[in-house]
Amino acid sequence: MTTTTPVPTTPPPPPPPAHHRAPRGRGPGRRGHAPGRRQAGPIGRALRALALVGASAIFLYPFFWLVSASLKPSESVFDNSLLPGDWRFDNYAEIWDAVPLATWIVNSVTVTLAAAVAVTISSALVAFGFAYFRFPGRNALFGLVIATMMLPAVVLMVPQYLVWNSLHLASSQVPLWAPNLFGSAFYIFLLRQFFLGLPRELFDAARIDGAGWWLMFRRIAVPLCRPALVVTFVFEVQAAWTDLVRPLIYLRDPDLFTVPRGLKTVLDQFGEGGEMRWEIVCAASVVVTVPMIVVFLVCQRQFTSGIATTGRKG
Amino acid sequence: MTTHPIAPAAPPDRRARARRWLASWRHRDTRAAYLFILPWLVGFALLTAGPMIASLVLSFTDYDGIGPTHNVGLDNYRQLFDDPSVATSLLNTLVFTALRVPLSMALALALAMLLLRVGRASGFFRTVFYLPVMTPSVAVGILFLLLFNGNAGVVNKALGLIGVTGPSWTTDSSWVKPGLVLTTLWAVGATVVIYLAALKTVPRELYEASELDGAGRWASFVHVTVPQISGALFFTLIVNTIASLQTFTEAYTAFYGTGNTQTYSSDAALFYVVYLFQQAFQFMHMGYASALSWLLFLVILVITVLQARLSKRFVHYEYEGDPR
Repeated sequence: MTTTTPVPTTPPPPPPPAHHRAPRGRGPGRRGHAPGRRQAGPIGRALRALALVGASAIFLYPFFWLVSASLKPSESVFDNSLLPGDWRFDNYAEIWDAVPLATWIVNSVTVTLAAAVAVTISSALVAFGFAYFRFPGRNALFGLVIATMMLPAVVLMVPQYLVWNSLHLASSQVPLWAPNLFGSAFYIFLLRQFFLGLPRELFDAARIDGAGWWLMFRRIAVPLCRPALVVTFVFEVQAAWTDLVRPLIYLRDPDLFTVPRGLKTVLDQFGEGGEMRWEIVCAASVVVTVPMIVVFLVCQRQFTSGIATTGRKG
Repeated sequence: MTTHPIAPAAPPDRRARARRWLASWRHRDTRAAYLFILPWLVGFALLTAGPMIASLVLSFTDYDGIGPTHNVGLDNYRQLFDDPSVATSLLNTLVFTALRVPLSMALALALAMLLLRVGRASGFFRTVFYLPVMTPSVAVGILFLLLFNGNAGVVNKALGLIGVTGPSWTTDSSWVKPGLVLTTLWAVGATVVIYLAALKTVPRELYEASELDGAGRWASFVHVTVPQISGALFFTLIVNTIASLQTFTEAYTAFYGTGNTQTYSSDAALFYVVYLFQQAFQFMHMGYASALSWLLFLVILVITVLQARLSKRFVHYEYEGDPR
């Protein structure tokens, strides 16, 4: 499975009903504008715009608050003004010196990339196996894949620890990415759907030309399903980067910490019960959050369409 | 190419089928297929099936990770009932879930319906609503401590502006869970995107028809929108419930520090998975933790089955009996 925190272990929603019922003789633009003809009056429209802008402000506010607090002197963190009166870029230098932030970032990047690459390749292979071939035991095994999607991640938390412990890998970074080598039920399901959507004739033609299975996978299936593979990769990047549970279980040595695990240490050290230097905690929080924001802004189209079609809950 | 031995047909036919089925194992396609799915098979055996069996066995022992292991029979399961923390954490988790799931569904639906009609700007707003989903849960836990701080937090400042004295969200045990619920509502964006996709598939003719029948806005929301997107509603209900029952990171970040020092409050933030985590990895009570995880599994299973039962009465599928 991906991680323990995002727990999207259920198959996607039933295909939206009425999808295949084309709006006869009408442009596609006719649908989707909901109670359409009943156009709201100017007041209604203004209210709606106001609600939307207000909601957006509330959703964006914490980001601005966090960034600005990370640049304030300690005593004015809670003054709740969005512009620091006194800009303290030193806070970032201080957190950089106080904890091995660079090491954590390198660790996180390594673990995240390993996890995402591993899960994308292995899930694609398995999905292709289930999508393309008919073989004895296929339906039963695919049923098992679905069943593991239903399994709450928590149930496996302890026993998987014991597995890694018996391999003497329980205090290393290996458990953070190695499970992904075996594919993940959710992505297998997602990619299989995409592979099933490819025209069968493509493969038949390639087969007549003498192509083997591997060639078909590599040269036909993978290139044509690149968008789905990108979705898989990016989902897993997010899951692996933000995970705290597994780093808490497996990482003891601060030099092996990932950024979220390190952030927890920073909180314990500088936050409540510690030095009460919240601006330092905020600076570290910005460091852990910014990469995900960048990834999202770069890949947002894949992200939102991926969510809409697969129903993953983040 | 083969089919499965399905229902037993006439005897000779069955034998022929069995022979074909056996023969199909020697087919080169079969070997290729199993090579492709081999990674999953290995992973399933090593990291899912094996560990689950081990966990079931361990739940009847006093395994602590190092020392000798003894069979303790049903003691762990009996202890589940005697241990007050189990009831507390289970109740906390259920309350949190009961608050969070309906609120997040309602908020997501409201936002999705607002987004549906903005046209070109909807991409921007969708991004805004989705950004919090990308935020690591550790940072969300920290934001909770800061923004919901009882004295200086911006939430209470804002409440003060409208003349309300806000509670001590982070220290008053009756306000910890509502505070955490509000904080996690921030990450409602994934559900919004799902609802938005579902809303876009509702055929406009239905609204026109309901309008002709004289239905008001509310009536067409209840009788057209909700039934039409009930598949998506049901899906998010199940997924959000399962996720909420396993809440860990935000609560652990905010309230549990080094060496299990609880930073504030009573046991109000002791969620079930937090307790399980402590038992397993702080006290190394692996056997007891295994029993705890099986109890949670059972709870999740029961709740999911109940929800699925319930949904049969409410979820509307377009083509009933479509064998798709």
